[in-house]
Amino acid sequence: MNRRALGLGVLVAALALVPSFVHSDYLLNLCDLAGIYAIAVMGLGILLGFAGQMSLAQAAFFGIGAYTSAWFTTHLGWPVWPSMALAVVLSALVGLGVGYPCLRLSGHYLALATIGFGIITQLVLINWKDVTNGSDGISGIPAPVLGPWTLESYGSYYYLVLAAVLVAAYVAWRIKTTRVGRALEAIRENELAARATGIDATRYKIVAFVLSGAYAGLAGSLLAHSIKFVSPDSYSFDQSVVFLVMLILGGSSSIGGAILGAVLLTFLPEVLRPLKNSYIMVYGAAVVAMVIFMPKGLMGLIETLRARLGRSHPGPPLAAAGAAGTSAAAAAGGTSVATGIDPA
Amino acid sequence: MSAPEPDSPGTNAFDPSAPDAVAAAERGLLEVRGLVKRFGGVTAVNALDMTVRAGDIHALIGPNGSGKTTTLNVISGLYRADGGSVGFGGTDLVRLPAHRIAARGIARTFQNIRLFGELSVLENVMIGRHVRTSAGFLGALLPGGATAREERATREFALEMLRFVGLEHAAPHAARSLPYGDQRRVEIARALASEPRLLLLDEPAAGMNPAETDALVELLRAIRARGTTLLLIEHDMNLVMAISDRLTVLNFGQHIAEGPPAEVAHHPAVIEAYLGGTLDAA
Repeated sequence: MNRRALGLGVLVAALALVPSFVHSDYLLNLCDLAGIYAIAVMGLGILLGFAGQMSLAQAAFFGIGAYTSAWFTTHLGWPVWPSMALAVVLSALVGLGVGYPCLRLSGHYLALATIGFGIITQLVLINWKDVTNGSDGISGIPAPVLGPWTLESYGSYYYLVLAAVLVAAYVAWRIKTTRVGRALEAIRENELAARATGIDATRYKIVAFVLSGAYAGLAGSLLAHSIKFVSPDSYSFDQSVVFLVMLILGGSSSIGGAILGAVLLTFLPEVLRPLKNSYIMVYGAAVVAMVIFMPKGLMGLIETLRARLGRSHPGPPLAAAGAAGTSAAAAAGGTSVATGIDPA
Repeated sequence: MSAPEPDSPGTNAFDPSAPDAVAAAERGLLEVRGLVKRFGGVTAVNALDMTVRAGDIHALIGPNGSGKTTTLNVISGLYRADGGSVGFGGTDLVRLPAHRIAARGIARTFQNIRLFGELSVLENVMIGRHVRTSAGFLGALLPGGATAREERATREFALEMLRFVGLEHAAPHAARSLPYGDQRRVEIARALASEPRLLLLDEPAAGMNPAETDALVELLRAIRARGTTLLLIEHDMNLVMAISDRLTVLNFGQHIAEGPPAEVAHHPAVIEAYLGGTLDAA
């Protein structure tokens, strides 16, 4: 336990040092993006990974968060922090609004309903021109100010994203390892048995939708203040699918897996960029191969390797998976930064 | 009928303020009256009456398709009844959702084991404690304090239940990795974690070898000794005759006999239902 905490501390410290060693804005921006995506994917992990409820609308919540931040700072001149808080709250409320009617649905039907919601959201972003400025999007979104610092550079913004990822991961881990998380996982594993065991499945599914929306809203807001610009393309159905792939690839019920998947799929396209036109083909093939050969995601693979190395211990597996996952993900993130992109 | 333990949850079945506690006992812990459940044109349970007395081991038997599992599903709220009432400790359960019925003190196991397979055995049983705990989302965010205490207590209670069913050693393993007989025990431990007044068991001995069945009989008696009333569906007539205080016999969704095993076994309608064989020969 202490060794794990120590390992986690070392990794966080190493991650905190990244801007001291990486000076390329391009790389730092990618690191910021990876962290932002990781938060949205963790949110999806609570809904799909913990509670087993399929959603293909995570990018819609992501967009609602981004546009809330954009609109309140640029049109109303709100400061960044309250706009960010509002983005989280509003996305959570929309999660409540979507979750409630969707509860009657499950499996494929739920997936279809969320696709519908995602498409409607994007259409609203494109067509509600008075607020969203249509396809042109909203630009001139301010950077957050923290005391004497304006988090304008990708390097300084990195610390904000890192802090947000750590808080988001901590919250997800606390949820997972306490009563609420167990109830969610019970619903995923066997909803009938969960209900007979006294779990109000309806209520907990709503909780999962709300939390998932809040995570995506935070991520969207962070993106808006990072790239200072929002436009509807970033919040399309495609982006929801990318979030889903990140989660499945990482290991859907693992927090570390969500982070790892987000980091990997943020950097992979950049690594493959020299392939030019054939890149999307290789990217697709790589994702398919990973899903086939690692059915339980990267975290599943890591667990298997740990077990083979005889380092698996008999303690309750969940607490271990959460903490170990986070550190492993952080490690992989660090590796990608250090090796994957060196030539750039 | 054997008296329940004085401080057991089972005794709470009776309203202490009732004018006549004896009459309350006669009314039974669970009172099914005129219960109807239809599936399309098929009436699976047809005006069923059944009384389960507090502290008893009560068996629900009958030929295949006679509506036993349907009855259990209606009592536990997984099916909505089409008519009749299910009285439990003074309230009618018929309109309540499953999770509220569980919170009122009815736990159950399933004919086809329904564990939370990917979760550890310990977590499965801790989930069984859900209705006896209260930590919410906000509590989860802060380490320490009431949530941490509750979490520790939940873990300890779950371990105690696992000890009770003899599976403490299996606590960290994934539930699905256990042998079949052990999975049944985990399901029982999960049900007991809610400290139910009434435990519903749907064919607990199905798929068990004779040694496992003997151990199960001991376990069921030990559960009753804790003050929990048991209502079980079972096909193994030796087991039913050995442990039941009372039986209800169903055929075509209707009650055809109810009473102590020896009496019911010689009931003409029961013999008829079992195609001329007596129950002890079955």
